[in-house]
Amino acid sequence: MKVSIDGLNKAFESRIRLGIMSALAVNDSLDFNSLKEFLDVTDGNLASHLKALEKEGFVQVEKSFIGRKPNTNYTVTALGLRAFQAHLAVLEQLILKNKNAK
Amino acid sequence: MKQERDYIEDLAEIRSMMERTSKFLSLSGWAGILVGLYALAAAYVAKIMLGFNPDEVMYSLPVKGNSSNIFVIATGLLFVALCTALFFSYYTARKRGEKAWNATSRRMLINMGVPLVVGGFFILIMFLKGATGLMMPLSLIFYGLALFNAAKFTYGEVRIMGFVYMASGLLSVYFLEYSLLLWAFGFGVVHIIYGLYMHFKYER
Repeated sequence: MKVSIDGLNKAFESRIRLGIMSALAVNDSLDFNSLKEFLDVTDGNLASHLKALEKEGFVQVEKSFIGRKPNTNYTVTALGLRAFQAHLAVLEQLILKNKNAK
Repeated sequence: MKQERDYIEDLAEIRSMMERTSKFLSLSGWAGILVGLYALAAAYVAKIMLGFNPDEVMYSLPVKGNSSNIFVIATGLLFVALCTALFFSYYTARKRGEKAWNATSRRMLINMGVPLVVGGFFILIMFLKGATGLMMPLSLIFYGLALFNAAKFTYGEVRIMGFVYMASGLLSVYFLEYSLLLWAFGFGVVHIIYGLYMHFKYER
Protein backbone atom coordinates (compact mmCIF):
# COMPACT_ATOMS: atom_id res chain seq x y z
CA MET A 1 0.00 0.00 0.00
CA LYS A 2 1.49 3.31 -1.04
CA VAL A 3 1.14 6.12 1.43
CA SER A 4 2.11 9.74 0.78
CA ILE A 5 4.08 11.89 3.22
CA ASP A 6 1.01 13.24 4.95
CA GLY A 7 -0.21 9.72 5.70
CA LEU A 8 -2.92 9.67 3.07
CA ASN A 9 -3.48 6.58 0.98
CA LYS A 10 -2.37 7.17 -2.61
CA ALA A 11 -5.19 5.01 -3.92
CA PHE A 12 -7.68 7.64 -2.75
CA GLU A 13 -5.97 10.67 -4.23
CA SER A 14 -8.60 11.08 -6.91
CA ARG A 15 -12.00 12.51 -6.00
CA ILE A 16 -13.68 9.98 -8.24
CA ARG A 17 -12.14 7.09 -6.32
CA LEU A 18 -13.20 8.71 -3.05
CA GLY A 19 -16.70 9.02 -4.49
CA ILE A 20 -16.76 5.36 -5.50
CA MET A 21 -15.61 4.26 -2.05
CA SER A 22 -18.18 6.53 -0.30
CA ALA A 23 -21.00 5.17 -2.43
CA LEU A 24 -19.98 1.55 -1.91
CA ALA A 25 -19.41 2.06 1.82
CA VAL A 26 -23.11 2.78 2.40
CA ASN A 27 -24.55 0.32 -0.14
CA ASP A 28 -24.51 -3.47 -0.14
CA SER A 29 -23.59 -3.35 -3.82
CA LEU A 30 -24.00 -1.04 -6.80
CA ASP A 31 -23.96 -1.76 -10.51
CA PHE A 32 -21.81 0.06 -13.02
CA ASN A 33 -24.61 2.23 -14.39
CA SER A 34 -25.80 3.40 -10.97
CA LEU A 35 -22.24 4.36 -10.05
CA LYS A 36 -21.86 6.19 -13.33
CA GLU A 37 -25.05 8.13 -12.71
CA PHE A 38 -24.15 9.09 -9.13
CA LEU A 39 -20.63 10.19 -10.02
CA ASP A 40 -21.50 11.79 -13.34
CA VAL A 41 -18.44 10.47 -15.19
CA THR A 42 -17.80 8.73 -18.51
CA ASP A 43 -17.71 4.94 -18.91
CA GLY A 44 -13.98 4.82 -19.59
CA ASN A 45 -13.09 7.11 -16.72
CA LEU A 46 -15.17 5.15 -14.21
CA ALA A 47 -13.89 1.81 -15.51
CA SER A 48 -10.25 2.81 -15.10
CA HIS A 49 -10.77 4.05 -11.55
CA LEU A 50 -12.70 0.91 -10.64
CA LYS A 51 -9.94 -1.20 -12.12
CA ALA A 52 -7.37 0.59 -9.96
CA LEU A 53 -9.43 0.04 -6.81
CA GLU A 54 -9.93 -3.59 -7.77
CA LYS A 55 -6.19 -4.03 -8.17
CA GLU A 56 -5.65 -2.72 -4.64
CA GLY A 57 -8.18 -5.29 -3.44
CA PHE A 58 -10.54 -2.57 -2.23
CA VAL A 59 -13.52 -3.48 -4.40
CA GLN A 60 -14.89 -6.77 -5.59
CA VAL A 61 -16.44 -7.28 -8.98
CA GLU A 62 -19.24 -9.68 -9.76
CA LYS A 63 -20.37 -10.17 -13.32
CA SER A 64 -23.76 -11.61 -14.11
CA PHE A 65 -26.56 -11.41 -16.64
CA ILE A 66 -29.97 -9.84 -16.26
CA GLY A 67 -31.80 -11.55 -19.10
CA ARG A 68 -29.30 -11.14 -21.88
CA LYS A 69 -27.76 -7.91 -20.69
CA PRO A 70 -24.47 -8.18 -18.84
CA ASN A 71 -24.52 -6.60 -15.41
CA THR A 72 -21.47 -5.75 -13.33
CA ASN A 73 -21.90 -5.35 -9.60
CA TYR A 74 -19.37 -3.79 -7.29
CA THR A 75 -19.01 -4.31 -3.55
CA VAL A 76 -16.45 -2.94 -1.14
CA THR A 77 -14.14 -5.50 0.49
CA ALA A 78 -13.32 -5.60 4.20
CA LEU A 79 -9.82 -4.43 3.34
CA GLY A 80 -11.24 -1.57 1.27
CA LEU A 81 -13.54 -0.47 4.05
CA ARG A 82 -10.68 -0.46 6.58
CA ALA A 83 -8.47 1.55 4.23
CA PHE A 84 -11.28 4.00 3.56
CA GLN A 85 -12.00 4.48 7.26
CA ALA A 86 -8.29 5.00 7.95
CA HIS A 87 -8.21 7.57 5.16
CA LEU A 88 -11.16 9.41 6.72
CA ALA A 89 -9.44 9.43 10.11
CA VAL A 90 -6.26 10.90 8.59
CA LEU A 91 -8.27 13.56 6.74
CA GLU A 92 -9.98 14.56 9.97
CA GLN A 93 -6.70 14.74 11.83
CA LEU A 94 -5.05 16.84 9.15
CA ILE A 95 -7.88 19.32 9.30
CA LEU A 96 -7.74 19.43 13.09
CA LYS A 97 -3.97 19.90 13.10
CA ASN A 98 -4.22 22.76 10.61
CA LYS A 99 -6.90 24.39 12.71
CA ASN A 100 -4.83 24.17 15.88
CA ALA A 101 -1.68 25.42 14.15
CA LYS A 102 -3.40 28.65 13.21
CA MET B 1 1.00 18.30 -0.97
CA LYS B 2 -2.64 19.09 -0.73
CA GLN B 3 -4.02 22.18 0.95
CA GLU B 4 -6.28 22.16 3.98
CA ARG B 5 -9.13 23.38 1.80
CA ASP B 6 -8.74 20.24 -0.29
CA TYR B 7 -9.15 18.00 2.75
CA ILE B 8 -12.31 19.80 3.76
CA GLU B 9 -13.63 19.50 0.23
CA ASP B 10 -12.76 15.81 0.18
CA LEU B 11 -14.75 15.25 3.35
CA ALA B 12 -17.70 17.27 2.06
CA GLU B 13 -17.70 15.24 -1.14
CA ILE B 14 -17.60 11.95 0.79
CA ARG B 15 -20.49 13.02 2.97
CA SER B 16 -22.63 14.16 0.09
CA MET B 17 -21.93 11.01 -1.90
CA MET B 18 -22.85 8.78 1.04
CA GLU B 19 -26.13 10.61 1.49
CA ARG B 20 -26.99 10.83 -2.19
CA THR B 21 -26.36 7.14 -2.85
CA SER B 22 -28.26 5.82 0.16
CA LYS B 23 -31.26 8.14 0.40
CA PHE B 24 -33.85 9.34 -2.07
CA LEU B 25 -34.21 13.04 -1.34
CA SER B 26 -36.41 14.20 -4.20
CA LEU B 27 -39.66 14.06 -2.25
CA SER B 28 -41.64 17.24 -2.60
CA GLY B 29 -43.60 19.02 0.09
CA TRP B 30 -46.10 20.17 -2.53
CA ALA B 31 -47.08 16.59 -3.27
CA GLY B 32 -47.87 16.07 0.43
CA ILE B 33 -50.00 19.21 0.58
CA LEU B 34 -51.98 18.33 -2.56
CA VAL B 35 -52.50 14.68 -1.61
CA GLY B 36 -53.74 15.84 1.80
CA LEU B 37 -56.27 18.15 0.14
CA TYR B 38 -57.50 15.35 -2.15
CA ALA B 39 -57.97 13.06 0.86
CA LEU B 40 -59.97 15.69 2.74
CA ALA B 41 -62.17 16.23 -0.33
CA ALA B 42 -62.68 12.48 -0.74
CA ALA B 43 -63.61 12.05 2.93
CA TYR B 44 -66.07 14.93 2.63
CA VAL B 45 -67.72 13.47 -0.48
CA ALA B 46 -67.93 10.02 1.10
CA LYS B 47 -69.52 11.28 4.31
CA ILE B 48 -71.77 14.14 3.23
CA MET B 49 -72.78 13.08 -0.27
CA LEU B 50 -72.77 9.30 0.07
CA GLY B 51 -73.53 9.00 3.78
CA PHE B 52 -70.52 6.76 4.31
CA ASN B 53 -69.65 6.58 8.00
CA PRO B 54 -68.70 3.09 9.20
CA ASP B 55 -69.34 2.37 12.89
CA GLU B 56 -69.01 -1.41 13.01
CA VAL B 57 -66.81 -4.04 11.38
CA MET B 58 -69.58 -5.54 9.23
CA TYR B 59 -70.81 -2.13 8.16
CA SER B 60 -73.32 -2.20 5.33
CA LEU B 61 -72.63 0.50 2.77
CA PRO B 62 -75.24 3.28 2.62
CA VAL B 63 -78.03 2.81 0.11
CA LYS B 64 -77.74 6.43 -0.96
CA GLY B 65 -76.46 6.19 -4.52
CA ASN B 66 -74.58 3.09 -5.53
CA SER B 67 -72.45 1.06 -3.13
CA SER B 68 -69.66 0.93 -5.72
CA ASN B 69 -69.35 4.74 -5.48
CA ILE B 70 -67.12 4.35 -2.43
CA PHE B 71 -64.93 1.99 -4.39
CA VAL B 72 -64.71 4.46 -7.29
CA ILE B 73 -63.73 7.28 -4.93
CA ALA B 74 -61.09 5.13 -3.19
CA THR B 75 -59.40 3.92 -6.38
CA GLY B 76 -59.71 7.34 -8.00
CA LEU B 77 -58.05 8.96 -4.98
CA LEU B 78 -55.26 6.40 -5.00
CA PHE B 79 -54.61 6.98 -8.70
CA VAL B 80 -54.60 10.79 -8.54
CA ALA B 81 -52.44 10.75 -5.38
CA LEU B 82 -49.89 8.43 -7.00
CA CYS B 83 -49.71 10.58 -10.15
CA THR B 84 -49.21 13.71 -8.04
CA ALA B 85 -46.42 12.14 -5.97
CA LEU B 86 -44.66 10.79 -9.06
CA PHE B 87 -44.95 14.07 -10.95
CA PHE B 88 -43.52 16.16 -8.13
CA SER B 89 -40.72 13.68 -7.44
CA TYR B 90 -39.77 13.71 -11.09
CA TYR B 91 -39.80 17.49 -11.12
CA THR B 92 -37.83 17.82 -7.86
CA ALA B 93 -35.24 15.28 -8.99
CA ARG B 94 -34.72 17.20 -12.22
CA LYS B 95 -34.27 20.42 -10.32
CA ARG B 96 -31.63 18.72 -8.16
CA GLY B 97 -29.91 17.51 -11.32
CA GLU B 98 -30.62 13.87 -10.53
CA LYS B 99 -32.69 11.19 -12.15
CA ALA B 100 -35.95 10.30 -10.41
CA TRP B 101 -35.56 6.66 -11.35
CA ASN B 102 -32.25 5.60 -9.82
CA ALA B 103 -30.86 3.04 -7.40
CA THR B 104 -32.11 4.91 -4.32
CA SER B 105 -35.63 5.63 -5.57
CA ARG B 106 -36.00 2.01 -6.66
CA ARG B 107 -34.97 0.81 -3.23
CA MET B 108 -37.30 3.22 -1.47
CA LEU B 109 -40.24 2.26 -3.70
CA ILE B 110 -39.71 -1.48 -3.19
CA ASN B 111 -39.54 -1.05 0.58
CA MET B 112 -42.65 1.09 0.53
CA GLY B 113 -44.46 -0.99 -2.06
CA VAL B 114 -44.38 -4.38 -0.37
CA PRO B 115 -46.43 -3.43 2.73
CA LEU B 116 -48.72 -1.31 0.55
CA VAL B 117 -49.51 -4.07 -1.94
CA VAL B 118 -50.07 -6.66 0.78
CA GLY B 119 -52.27 -4.17 2.64
CA GLY B 120 -54.13 -3.35 -0.56
CA PHE B 121 -55.04 -6.99 -1.13
CA PHE B 122 -55.99 -7.40 2.52
CA ILE B 123 -58.32 -4.41 2.31
CA LEU B 124 -59.82 -5.68 -0.95
CA ILE B 125 -60.54 -9.08 0.63
CA MET B 126 -62.13 -7.41 3.68
CA PHE B 127 -64.27 -5.35 1.31
CA LEU B 128 -65.41 -8.46 -0.58
CA LYS B 129 -66.18 -10.25 2.69
CA GLY B 130 -68.32 -7.34 3.81
CA ALA B 131 -66.02 -6.13 6.59
CA THR B 132 -66.10 -2.63 5.12
CA GLY B 133 -65.67 -1.08 8.55
CA LEU B 134 -62.06 -2.27 8.59
CA MET B 135 -61.06 -0.65 5.31
CA MET B 136 -60.09 2.70 6.75
CA PRO B 137 -58.21 1.51 9.85
CA LEU B 138 -56.31 -1.01 7.72
CA SER B 139 -55.35 1.57 5.12
CA LEU B 140 -53.94 3.77 7.92
CA ILE B 141 -51.99 0.91 9.50
CA PHE B 142 -50.47 -0.43 6.29
CA TYR B 143 -49.61 3.04 5.02
CA GLY B 144 -47.88 3.69 8.35
CA LEU B 145 -45.89 0.47 8.04
CA ALA B 146 -44.95 1.36 4.46
CA LEU B 147 -43.70 4.80 5.52
CA PHE B 148 -41.79 3.36 8.46
CA ASN B 149 -40.06 0.97 6.09
CA ALA B 150 -39.39 3.57 3.39
CA ALA B 151 -37.95 6.05 5.90
CA LYS B 152 -34.64 4.18 5.95
CA PHE B 153 -34.10 5.33 2.39
CA THR B 154 -35.28 8.94 2.53
CA TYR B 155 -35.76 11.82 4.98
CA GLY B 156 -35.93 10.68 8.61
CA GLU B 157 -39.14 12.69 9.17
CA VAL B 158 -41.02 10.05 7.17
CA ARG B 159 -40.49 7.59 10.04
CA ILE B 160 -42.32 9.87 12.49
CA MET B 161 -45.15 10.19 10.00
CA GLY B 162 -45.29 6.38 9.83
CA PHE B 163 -45.78 6.18 13.60
CA VAL B 164 -48.57 8.76 13.48
CA TYR B 165 -50.40 6.69 10.84
CA MET B 166 -50.00 3.43 12.74
CA ALA B 167 -51.29 5.05 15.94
CA SER B 168 -54.29 6.59 14.14
CA GLY B 169 -55.00 3.23 12.53
CA LEU B 170 -55.00 1.35 15.83
CA LEU B 171 -57.12 4.04 17.50
CA SER B 172 -59.62 3.88 14.67
CA VAL B 173 -60.10 0.11 15.01
CA TYR B 174 -60.94 0.60 18.66
CA PHE B 175 -63.15 3.65 18.10
CA LEU B 176 -64.66 2.49 14.84
CA GLU B 177 -67.33 5.19 14.88
CA TYR B 178 -64.56 7.79 14.53
CA SER B 179 -62.66 5.91 11.85
CA LEU B 180 -63.62 8.25 9.00
CA LEU B 181 -62.58 11.23 11.09
CA LEU B 182 -59.26 9.60 11.98
CA TRP B 183 -58.78 8.63 8.33
CA ALA B 184 -59.34 12.26 7.27
CA PHE B 185 -56.93 13.38 9.98
CA GLY B 186 -54.27 10.89 8.83
CA PHE B 187 -54.41 11.08 5.07
CA GLY B 188 -55.58 14.70 5.01
CA VAL B 189 -54.19 16.75 7.88
CA VAL B 190 -50.97 14.78 8.49
CA HIS B 191 -50.04 14.90 4.78
CA ILE B 192 -50.62 18.65 4.69
CA ILE B 193 -48.58 19.27 7.86
CA TYR B 194 -45.79 17.06 6.55
CA GLY B 195 -45.90 18.82 3.16
CA LEU B 196 -45.70 22.29 4.71
CA TYR B 197 -42.87 21.21 7.02
CA MET B 198 -40.84 19.68 4.19
CA HIS B 199 -41.48 22.62 1.91
CA PHE B 200 -40.28 25.19 4.44
CA LYS B 201 -37.38 23.07 5.67
CA TYR B 202 -35.91 21.80 2.41
CA GLU B 203 -37.37 23.62 -0.59
CA ARG B 204 -37.07 27.29 0.16
